[in-house]
Amino acid sequence: MFPLVPNLISDELNLIVALVIGIAFGFILEQAGFSSSRKLAGVFYGYDFTVLRVFFTAGVTAMSGVIILGYLGWLDIDFVYINPTFLQAAILGGVIMGFGFIIGGYCPGTSIAGMAIGKIDAMFFVGGGLIGVFAYAELYPWFEGITNASALGNIRIFNSIGISQGLFALIMIAVAVGAFIMTTMIEKKVDPNGPAKSFNQLHHRIAGISILVLGIVLVFLPDYKERLLSEVSDVDYIKANPVKEMTVDELAFRIIDKDPRLTIIDVRTSEEFSRMLLPGSINIETKQIFQKEFSEILGQRHKKKVFVANDEIEARKAALIAHRLGYENITVLCGDITNFVNTVIYLKPETEKQICKYQVMFIGTAPQNLKRVDARQAKDTERFRSKASITLTTMIKEAKDSAVKPTKLVKKVAGGC
Amino acid sequence: MKTTYMNPYLAGFLLGLTLLATIVITGRGLGASGAIKSAVVATVNTIAPSHAHESTFYSENLKSLHDNPLKAWLVFEVLGVIIGGFLSGVVSDRLNFVTEHGPRITNTMRLGLALIGGLLFGMGSQFARGCTSGAALSGMAVLSTGGIITMMAIFGTGYAVAYFFRKLWI
Repeated sequence: MFPLVPNLISDELNLIVALVIGIAFGFILEQAGFSSSRKLAGVFYGYDFTVLRVFFTAGVTAMSGVIILGYLGWLDIDFVYINPTFLQAAILGGVIMGFGFIIGGYCPGTSIAGMAIGKIDAMFFVGGGLIGVFAYAELYPWFEGITNASALGNIRIFNSIGISQGLFALIMIAVAVGAFIMTTMIEKKVDPNGPAKSFNQLHHRIAGISILVLGIVLVFLPDYKERLLSEVSDVDYIKANPVKEMTVDELAFRIIDKDPRLTIIDVRTSEEFSRMLLPGSINIETKQIFQKEFSEILGQRHKKKVFVANDEIEARKAALIAHRLGYENITVLCGDITNFVNTVIYLKPETEKQICKYQVMFIGTAPQNLKRVDARQAKDTERFRSKASITLTTMIKEAKDSAVKPTKLVKKVAGGC
Repeated sequence: MKTTYMNPYLAGFLLGLTLLATIVITGRGLGASGAIKSAVVATVNTIAPSHAHESTFYSENLKSLHDNPLKAWLVFEVLGVIIGGFLSGVVSDRLNFVTEHGPRITNTMRLGLALIGGLLFGMGSQFARGCTSGAALSGMAVLSTGGIITMMAIFGTGYAVAYFFRKLWI
């Protein structure tokens, strides 16, 4: 799964990649005419909308690619750098850069491309940029407050306005196509003799319509993770894909035994987890199962991973996701964590719930190991539980006291301009 | 000197593919002002290392760049931009030391304005954590809220004040 950095490409190789990508970037910028400040400024005066066309086409292309690769599960967006949002700073910086654009006629990337072919004004712009960053750095104590105000994290626009990613993409594409048509008309009006083209030809219409069709398709392409999450949330899917189960007694025994071949994956929220946790368990919320940081834990093939939750169906969802992601040796706890505690610690009589109700419900049989053969076994179970209760109570208390808050360290790629 | 440029839609498509490749391979977007920042941090760190270590801005950036601000991804990318831009200039026969300016201003004025514009861009990009490439374009590709706000602020401001600066360009 992409991206290749940070796991598959070393830092050194990544710099070579940077150079190659930069060459392509610079070549295209120059070929597009972005080395010319007069051409760039044209976008604000209606005589040349090249900037808008190139910019929007590039944005739409990359955005569509990201969505399609995300749908296919090839690109893990959690590992892609999403520029963090600092509201005031984003606006203030944008306004300052807007003035910079109209006064200077370049932006940093284009000025470097312009400098490369000898544009003297571009060189002055780059020089100004150096002074600007230096000035900012020296005045940083004054700017620090506003720069870091309203840290909203790595939020994404479609979430901010509350629509789906695909729908936002469609709107973006529609706006882009509309802008292409309108700006061409404006260009013609501003300079009737100019090289402005019109969109009367058949292939222009076909292109426009195809792009809009692409946009409509994007609406129906949810991210791979969302798709997987919604698939495993379907009861029919859970029914059709039974997962191996573990009884409360087996789990209790293995915990007391400190079984090294067992990993308890607790998919509850971290708050619930910190209130009460099973000894040796690891807190991975359902949506975090996708994260690569947990792949080492989940990928240990010789260990049995037992999923526990507040609700058996949630545990099954998580287990099925893990299964779909290719992890092996996946098991769920019969019943939920409350039942485990009630049965093994408080020695309450078994409720119907903990005998793997979904198995009973869907397959029609209780798991083999739950069928009591005789009264002696029931007696044994009772004896085991009363012993286990004492040991486990201490162990759970110790586990809570010694619980280290799991540090959510996602190895993210650095980014930023 | 040729003035024919690539079809803007084709250029945009290729630029989009480059950006997509960047995201897919490296997990990050394109950028430019970050390299300028690296250059400033490296210069200050060389000339006045004690000042660099006392200042929050320099020390934070030095830390995030592993004390080697020139060995940064964006620095290499921008070196590539220079090479790529130059190659394109060779291919299209556009290499020339010239200053472009509107019909109503002089060369000197244009250079002064370019300097001021660059200065503003340099400062603005530090607030917004990126410029037209890093914040606006790359932000749009990954649908970052902040990136798209910055993009709208840049172009919105440009259009809002274009009238007052029209003598510079038309």
